[in-house]
Amino acid sequence: MAEPSLSEKITAANAEAHRRLLGGEPVLVDVKLAREAIPKLADRTVLHAGPPIGWSRMCGPMRGAVAGAIVFEGWARNLAEAEKLAASGEIRFEPNHHYNGVGPMTGITTRNMAVLVVENRAFGNRAFCTVNEGMGNVMRFGGNDQEVVDRLKWIAGTAGPALGAAVRNRKGIPLKNIIARGLSMGDEMHMRNTACSSLIVRELAADLAETAPKELPRILRFISGNDMFFLNVVMAMAKSIAMAAHGIEHSTVVTTMCRNGTDFGIRVSSTGDTWFTGPAQMARGLLFAGFTEADGNVDIGDSCITETVGLGGFAMAAAPAVVGFVGAGTLNDAINYTKSMTEITVGPNPEWTLPTVSMMGVPTGIDIRKVVSSGLLPVINTAIANKLPGRGQIGAGVVTPPMVCFEQALMKFGEMNGAL
Amino acid sequence: MPAVVNRIRRTFYMDSVALMRISRAVSSLAGVETAALMIGSTTNKKLMRDAGLLNADSDSAGANDLIIAVRAGDEAAAGEAIKEAEKLLDAPAVSGGGANEWNPKTLATALQQLPGANLALISVPGEFAAAEARRALNSGLHVMMFSDNVPVEDEVALKREAKQRGLLMMGPDCGTAIIGGAPLAFANVVPRGKIGIVAASGTGLQEISTLVARNGQGISHAIGVGGRDLKEAVGGITTLMGIDALDRDPGTEQIVLISKPPEPSIAKAVLERVGKSKKKFAICFIGVEDMQVPANASLSADLRTTAESALGGKKIAWAGAAPSAADLAGRVERGRNKIQGLFSGGTMCAEAQVFFKRANVPVASNVPIPGVKKPAAASADAHVLLDLGDDEYTVGRPHPMIDPTLRNQMLGEALKDGKTAVILIDVVLGYGANADPAGELIAQLPAAKDRKALLIASVCGTEEDPQGYSRQAQALKDAGVVVAPSNAHAAEFAIAVQRQLSA
Amino acid sequence: MSQQQENETDKLLRSEVRVVNIGLREFARDLSSCKIPVVHVDWSPPAVTNPKIASLLAKLGG
Repeated sequence: MAEPSLSEKITAANAEAHRRLLGGEPVLVDVKLAREAIPKLADRTVLHAGPPIGWSRMCGPMRGAVAGAIVFEGWARNLAEAEKLAASGEIRFEPNHHYNGVGPMTGITTRNMAVLVVENRAFGNRAFCTVNEGMGNVMRFGGNDQEVVDRLKWIAGTAGPALGAAVRNRKGIPLKNIIARGLSMGDEMHMRNTACSSLIVRELAADLAETAPKELPRILRFISGNDMFFLNVVMAMAKSIAMAAHGIEHSTVVTTMCRNGTDFGIRVSSTGDTWFTGPAQMARGLLFAGFTEADGNVDIGDSCITETVGLGGFAMAAAPAVVGFVGAGTLNDAINYTKSMTEITVGPNPEWTLPTVSMMGVPTGIDIRKVVSSGLLPVINTAIANKLPGRGQIGAGVVTPPMVCFEQALMKFGEMNGAL
Repeated sequence: MPAVVNRIRRTFYMDSVALMRISRAVSSLAGVETAALMIGSTTNKKLMRDAGLLNADSDSAGANDLIIAVRAGDEAAAGEAIKEAEKLLDAPAVSGGGANEWNPKTLATALQQLPGANLALISVPGEFAAAEARRALNSGLHVMMFSDNVPVEDEVALKREAKQRGLLMMGPDCGTAIIGGAPLAFANVVPRGKIGIVAASGTGLQEISTLVARNGQGISHAIGVGGRDLKEAVGGITTLMGIDALDRDPGTEQIVLISKPPEPSIAKAVLERVGKSKKKFAICFIGVEDMQVPANASLSADLRTTAESALGGKKIAWAGAAPSAADLAGRVERGRNKIQGLFSGGTMCAEAQVFFKRANVPVASNVPIPGVKKPAAASADAHVLLDLGDDEYTVGRPHPMIDPTLRNQMLGEALKDGKTAVILIDVVLGYGANADPAGELIAQLPAAKDRKALLIASVCGTEEDPQGYSRQAQALKDAGVVVAPSNAHAAEFAIAVQRQLSA
Repeated sequence: MSQQQENETDKLLRSEVRVVNIGLREFARDLSSCKIPVVHVDWSPPAVTNPKIASLLAKLGG
């Protein structure tokens, strides 16, 4: 039997990656402190969104968030000291991804924050994400004043443990079905999480009432008032799914996509821990009253882990409301975005179907070869943050990674497989 | 003094994104500094207040109400903007039009859309065509390549690859094919029948297939092979595969081969293969009157004779009485006696030359058959037959079958030049061709009584073609154009008329 | 070159033609109007202009 060609090996490896992406069984199993969920996360370590970056290159919102986290942890007494400490080299900065985690926008994670824990029961791996703080003045957008720190303390000390107890009471909440229902209710799970945020409240309410009766009103108001509560859950879910597809020899499927507000970074299944980075782009879309393009921060956050597994921009056909941010704003545009993603992916996901596209499964498994050869970049739905720290969101739109990430990844793959 | 105007709609909900789109539209109106339509939640009110958009009118607006806020240069502009905002709010929703239908961007995705696809029709610019064809062959598809300006090395590599896979590589430079009755690219609607065609010439294929159709028979398949297939470099790969396929096809009883004269080694190989078949062959190597062919084959230099062979010897004739050359010569302005051919089909032009040669009438052409010179090298008395689809005329210009502009221009010049007595034209119908070639032509002509030269046309088409043979032919006749039953008849009649003029 | 079993070209001649049209949109429209199954590919020149990447892609089957 003749040795398969490299191209045939890639096809087989990508089929395996696709199989694993589809075959995950993600379950929300707990909410607990990061230092318990991620024992390796050491003292004086700050995890952030996106590929590796040092203090000096961080954007305004991320620096604001880092300073706030340092104060939250008690490693400095105030923001001014915190910034000095951050710049001094005494703080270790690492991507969430290096600890099997993800975080939206600035994505700052430290030991004493509460994290959601999702376990992929089909493969035994776990992934983590902080709990969504809500809208407005939050650390996710670089907020770092007393209100932000106090809220984080309440989440870590009260809401998180209560949610964890409720989730454990239920013996975990399987997540794929919630996604499937959300897709038929107008969510795409990145920019739009309204339906799933409501569904998860229904899942948790009774168990919360049992395990945390005194805190119930405040916790329910906290979750219910936040249309994006489910974003962090789906991000941890997506991470747990994508992890299982990493490390397949000869596979050119993307297993990580993320940005740190300065760089965009990807990792690919067969090229190990190598990051392929390029400049993060400005999203294009609609801005809230009184804001212009000049006010926006460049693309930031780990949230495009959703697109990495076929959701978000790839599932845009499920969320016509989101399409108002792009193009002519019709359902047809949304459908066209989703269909065009079929050009760069391995295949559909039959469990996550789109009613507006004859129940087509979401296009899943980005193949770097197809991205480079077609020139079509993955389309990412994203919030646009104010470039001033702590000022929140100023709009939303669509953004793509820079092509250079995929070209670099392709060259590395070629080098590793003797094709260069 | 900037004016801030707020209007509240109580218990009004609209999606925030739809509101943002309206805000953007209103913000760009004349005199408007900024505008926003937002639900009156606490967060939104703070946003709008910070942007200088709120006044006391919105104090009572709550989370169930919509605030329309405008800041403009003056009250008048603000008022207009509010009016426009309300209009947009009340306008019916944009229907998600199917106008922007999604098309796949790659072959791979296209194959997902159309499972069981078996043929790629490729008409991208020549420098990219080979790569697309390679992809198609690798995916197991047959290929028809309309594109030309493809390097011959690529053609050879593609045809060898295709042959290895048992796939047909029709082209490059293949404009016409009919497979299983399906007209591909520039092809006519022809009834199914028992005559198969293998052609290195698109218009040759069209002329013969439509003559067969108009004279009561049909085509099984017409396989285009591309203009260069029978050159030595290419080796006739597709021609030989086509012959094989039609030889094995139970629906084909006779096979027609059409080409410019092939290079000798290729002619030999092809004729050898023809000889091995049990089926009858009618071969047309345009301009070649004499060549040794196998017993099961007949050879002709012109398309009409070849078609008649395929039709079992039936003569293709004028419907009713043939027109009188003498009478029609009388319509030509005194002093004119030249024939000019303005052809859109290269093979039609070549076939016309065959008749001039046979009649010993001096002729020149930009695409000369053996024994004919190019216009610059020919004698002054040579009649000039031009193929307007040849490269020299199509640089930066669409092919004359698609765009009649150049031919119309030259027609106009010929009518005015005081020398041209007869203009020979081919009017090609079918898919890909102009929607109304006869109409286009007629629009260029002065009234018959003022026309100083005679137009003689042949219509290459069938009743079932979108343009309709009879409709086109009748329109031409009504406009005083002589419509001949074949390109060959047209050339013969032109010569006959010209003889009358010289007599 | 004849074979005893049916080859791909024989199959084409006895089957319905199902076309992938790459290039001029009019051809796809004409085929549709004849009720011939066709999908039109919205072709654009290759995105890759760097020859090193182009040749790498070719080796990787991309």
